Amino acid sequence: MSAKASNDNLTQNLLQRAAPSRAEFEDLVIVPIFAVIVALAVGALVMLATAVDLPTIGRSYIALLQGSVGSLNALSETLTAAAPLVLAGLGLALGFRAGLFNIGAEGQIVIGGLAAVIVGFSFAGLPWFVHLPLALIAGALAGALYASIAGWLRAATGAHEVISTIMLNLISYRILDYVLRQPFIQREGRADPISRSVLDSAELPQLLAWIDPNLRVHAGILVVIAAVVVVHWILFRTKIGFEFRASGKNLDAARYAGMRASFTIVAAMASAGALAGLAGANQVLGVLDRASPGFSAGIGFDAISVALLGRSHPVGVLFAGLLFGALKTGGRQMQVDAGVSVDLIGIIQALIIVFIAAPLLVRAIFPWGFRKPQTEPNE
Amino acid sequence: MVAVQNISRQTKIGTPADRRARIAGIVLIGLALFVAGVFSAAVTGDATFRLSRPTDVWAVPNLVIPAAPFNYIVAAILAFLGARQFLRGGGKWTTLSLGIGLALAVCAFLVWATAGKAFSLSGMLQATMVRAVPLVLGAITGMMCERVGVVNIAIEGMLLAGAFTGALIGSVLGGVGGLIAAIGIGGLFGLILAALVVTYRMDQIIAGVVINLFVLGLTSYVSSQVFAEHRFLNNAPVFRAFKIPVLGDIPVIGPMFFNQNIFVYGSLVMVVVATYYLFYTRMGLRARSVGEHPRAADTLGINVYRTRYINVTAAGMIAGFGGAWFTLGSVGRFDENMTGGRGFIALAAMLFGRYHPVGALMAALVFGFADSMQQKLALLRTPIPSEFLAMAPYIATIIVVAGVVGRTRTPAAGGKAYIKE
Repeated sequence: MSAKASNDNLTQNLLQRAAPSRAEFEDLVIVPIFAVIVALAVGALVMLATAVDLPTIGRSYIALLQGSVGSLNALSETLTAAAPLVLAGLGLALGFRAGLFNIGAEGQIVIGGLAAVIVGFSFAGLPWFVHLPLALIAGALAGALYASIAGWLRAATGAHEVISTIMLNLISYRILDYVLRQPFIQREGRADPISRSVLDSAELPQLLAWIDPNLRVHAGILVVIAAVVVVHWILFRTKIGFEFRASGKNLDAARYAGMRASFTIVAAMASAGALAGLAGANQVLGVLDRASPGFSAGIGFDAISVALLGRSHPVGVLFAGLLFGALKTGGRQMQVDAGVSVDLIGIIQALIIVFIAAPLLVRAIFPWGFRKPQTEPNE
Repeated sequence: MVAVQNISRQTKIGTPADRRARIAGIVLIGLALFVAGVFSAAVTGDATFRLSRPTDVWAVPNLVIPAAPFNYIVAAILAFLGARQFLRGGGKWTTLSLGIGLALAVCAFLVWATAGKAFSLSGMLQATMVRAVPLVLGAITGMMCERVGVVNIAIEGMLLAGAFTGALIGSVLGGVGGLIAAIGIGGLFGLILAALVVTYRMDQIIAGVVINLFVLGLTSYVSSQVFAEHRFLNNAPVFRAFKIPVLGDIPVIGPMFFNQNIFVYGSLVMVVVATYYLFYTRMGLRARSVGEHPRAADTLGINVYRTRYINVTAAGMIAGFGGAWFTLGSVGRFDENMTGGRGFIALAAMLFGRYHPVGALMAALVFGFADSMQQKLALLRTPIPSEFLAMAPYIATIIVVAGVVGRTRTPAAGGKAYIKE
């Protein structure tokens, strides 16, 4: 491909509106559907290989469906599980757009959630409309600060963010362990590391408690929707979003065009961290009510898959997060009903990503399903 | 002449290398203050390091260091190095002074922690080598891949796959069978990575992340679905340490290098083999040329795709061997996610070692040292909370990556898919 053609491509990619064309429709809708089907089929093969009989496999996939969308309670659980995945996934997607492969959502969730919990149980007596936003902002700020360590290291020294964010993840677990043992944070009368409970005024209220108090879906969903809209606006309608995307496509070109490369890197990491921190706050203020070791539960790693599956597009991330939330809650049902370990979901998720990220592979498996790509797909 | 020098001075200001030197200087001065303030003040007594065990053939007297004076001297050296870095900035000195500085700070820390007590240095060095094994092998894996232009984030997954297969097959067929199977499975995942990134032109980092996710999912699934019921499938024999005659009796380094199990010997051999292969054979030269400029290599008749396939698969086999260390080389039992991020530390060791096997060995020893130190220090009951000690290797990794990586010349074609015309 000539340099000029790639330049034209670049401009087109950058300037294109969010409206998808026919080819994009194929990429955005058909490929993911194929990916999910193939992944489920391979998942069944894995079950077969580990001596699970056919009726049980059938039952487990029925349980997967019922447990995720089969009832009002299942839907509520799916939304609850999807909320932090979408939030953290949006953050990662922002990073990917800016060319930063941030693996650190997990650590940012830990730090953000920790900050939100501390604000959430301090400040007794504040009205909820002050306390709740304060706790959410604390989570977002803490996540942003933690992520900008990696951003700053990248901008100032060139340290690759993949390694530094992985290390920051591991460090965040130790920080959590340490902080949870401090006397002013640890719950009274407990020897194990667990924080005090979040006060009622800082909790994200349950939305459907008037139907059934067991429906856990909470106001964090509204935060998620707002975040999708805001991230979409930032990415496609603001100057800083354009800078993110331009630096992600071609850092040198962006620099020669006068964009502030270092600033862009730190800003992208900080916004990614803010969203991941918000995801952590969402967990502790809406679901868990407290912080304990491992409360992040791998959400940050699932969020990587969510962002990849959603093609780093805010709306795509929303749907991918819903899918992964459904897989997560359905997987729990699967374990209860069919006795198949929930870890199977991890395999299915990985396979979905493989097929999404390698369109050539999907085209090789289903040669009849797709038009021939006109240009070399090396975006 | 003067003018030329001036110009070169001016153009140097504000370059990333310069800024890195500044940052290194600040880090070193911070370390100096820390050593002076925390490790030197209010420390009394001598630190006693045992260099040999009573049963050793050649006994060596204990090393006794007066704690406070030693640490003040260390602080002074650190301050000098830091000030020099900060004021002069300095090209090739940055990495060296940072390395020396960190090593000195670690010494000071050890002396402070041991003050008034005794501590077995030879035991810790032995543990250092053991813990370096997966890091060395992982780093060589990453290096073989990057040298042909494939970024391998999947080292973690390959190690985990090797550990799992080693435990499973080792329980059924015995240790040697398990080891061979682990090497084979590592090679299989290398082949998969190569297929994804070479043939299907998937983004290399995404491919690596996916392999990690897949292996983690698969091994966790099998271990909770199968191992929980059938425990005999997860009970492999362990390769014991054996002493090499004469060499194993050398004080201090004898137990470290020559009284170990086959994984340690294997990784030392791999360092030599990988160095020879990459830098002294025709195959190695071809591999490196593919990583630097695939188009040129292709023009000269080197099959880029095949070279990438072969090297990445071979690298995967090395990682499989390293993975088997976790089960066949230490506990004989597989636990979910038992590699615990060591594949990524191996990646850092590769960068730190500047894409050279010997450098990777040195870097892995540094990380292994930090790892074993954290374990041993729990015995000394230092006032530092154990969580902070546990963080130390990770923080060291970040400092190393930040301080070194910018100066490392990475293979030019790394991370890019090659499309044959």
